[in-house]
Amino acid sequence: MQHTNRERAAWSIGILVVLFYALIPVAWIAAISLKTPEQVADRKFYSGFHLDNYEVIFKDDMFIAALINSIGIAAIATLISIVLAAMTAYATSRLNFAGKTVILSGALAVAMFPPISIVGSLFDMWRAVGLYDTWPGLIIPYMTFTLPLAIYTLSAFFREIPWELEQAAQVDGATPFQAFTKVIVPLAAPGVFTAAILVFIFAWNDFIFANTLTSTDNARTVPAALAFFTGASQFEQPIGAIAAAAVVVTVPIIIMVLIFQRRIVAGLTAGAVKG
Amino acid sequence: MEAATTSAPAAAPPAKKKVTDRAKAERKLAWMLCAPAVIAMIVVTGYPIAYAFYLSLQKFDLRFPDDKEFVGLANYGDVLTSSTWWTDVFTTLIITVVSVAIELVLGMAIALVMHRAIFGRGPVRAAILIPYGIITVVAAFAWKFAFDPTSGFVAGLPLISDDAQPLNTKNGSLMVIVLAEVWKTTPFMALLLLAGLALVPDELHEAAKVDGASVTQRFFRITLPLMKPAILVALLFRTLDAFRIFDNVYIIQPGGALGTETVSILGYNVLINRGNLGLGSAISILIFLCVILIAVFFVRVLGTSTAQQRGEA
Repeated sequence: MQHTNRERAAWSIGILVVLFYALIPVAWIAAISLKTPEQVADRKFYSGFHLDNYEVIFKDDMFIAALINSIGIAAIATLISIVLAAMTAYATSRLNFAGKTVILSGALAVAMFPPISIVGSLFDMWRAVGLYDTWPGLIIPYMTFTLPLAIYTLSAFFREIPWELEQAAQVDGATPFQAFTKVIVPLAAPGVFTAAILVFIFAWNDFIFANTLTSTDNARTVPAALAFFTGASQFEQPIGAIAAAAVVVTVPIIIMVLIFQRRIVAGLTAGAVKG
Repeated sequence: MEAATTSAPAAAPPAKKKVTDRAKAERKLAWMLCAPAVIAMIVVTGYPIAYAFYLSLQKFDLRFPDDKEFVGLANYGDVLTSSTWWTDVFTTLIITVVSVAIELVLGMAIALVMHRAIFGRGPVRAAILIPYGIITVVAAFAWKFAFDPTSGFVAGLPLISDDAQPLNTKNGSLMVIVLAEVWKTTPFMALLLLAGLALVPDELHEAAKVDGASVTQRFFRITLPLMKPAILVALLFRTLDAFRIFDNVYIIQPGGALGTETVSILGYNVLINRGNLGLGSAISILIFLCVILIAVFFVRVLGTSTAQQRGEA
């Protein structure tokens, strides 16, 4: 491949523009989180390295509770969603049955469903059955709304698995259980893992259910807690503390995204359903 | 689920009976595997939407719970004759159309950069996945703080007046909301378009090049037409997603202040803040109908095919 220096220069600029575009807000929120209250108004990207805001949020019971709620709720919702979706994806990609199209179209409809249309009902129903402001009260909608994404991603991966290998292993003397655990599980694991990352990001990101179906530290997740942070006066948002909290919940996701970028791209384009 | 037992031909010849039994067993297994997910989706979306419809026919305000009564379509009448609803629909449509249009252009540019990358494909892919992974609320705060009149860096930039306070005006706020929305969701658009670009055969480009077609001609005459299905699917998903915009508006202009109220924010305000479940549910159902209308428009009028998404391609 021969490329002129001019082409190379143009590409370098293109890449820099994309990097700048992606990173600027992240850099800004990180910059604010490292400022002291006196420096907040200096408008600079770097004003020294102060961890005061991080001390504040890690001493804040509300933030700690929200962090635990977010991790627990997203993890449990992901686990259940993946198990149910794997069963469905196995059936739709391997078994022959009428109703396959109905199920997949139904899942597509759920993916397009506007959450605001049911938050009022869930608010009323959850208060009646005691699920309001509890973990299951959020796990149930998260699990459901991530099912389409998980089903599509897993179906796409399952269709690629050479299932004949299972029979081949059995012919060679493996028990059906061995054939499944030693042959199929390792082949399916990358797809399952990819779907799990996408589902976790979805649950971790949700704001509308977290905001409407919780009211206390009991189940309030980080996005909702961030919106409720108040400073010294009730009407003033503590910019530094919010920024520090934002960085704390963003860094693990960025690391995860960077490590698994190939899989996430494959999963997003295979499933092609918004995460 | 009753389908599993009805359609098997009872009087099949003996030789084929074994196959039928097997097919029957397979069907039964399939339904057993799908049942939990199907039931979950029906119970958590189907039932609440039906319940929302029931609530929308009632006069039901949580502040006066004893005052509940059937009022027919009166709530819909109230919503559809209020100027607030139509203003909010208009605001939502503006945000949707402007952000999706910008995302399409930007997403296509990023997809082309990634597709034809001479080098540095990895860093670009990594960079665009960052907005995708970040919590929408966090991204909204980042942009809000960037435009803050006293502490944001934007007002400190050269060429921008120190008095520029976009968050204190309606149009400025809408601009920041669109910016936050575009920043966060362009990567998704770019990835979908990149997958579509990969389906355009290189030979066509080579042939056109030999025939003397310019880069622009090749893009508009070859790439775009062949990518139409992928573009339409990406537009459908993003339009529906942008139409229900909530998080960004809620954070950037709390409560939809300064005329930035979108339909989802209106629904939230009436349902949760005011506790008017009757009127709020009517808004919920109307938003649901709008989403169906948009989907039907894409599928029927523009001919978007979601077959690939359903795994039939």
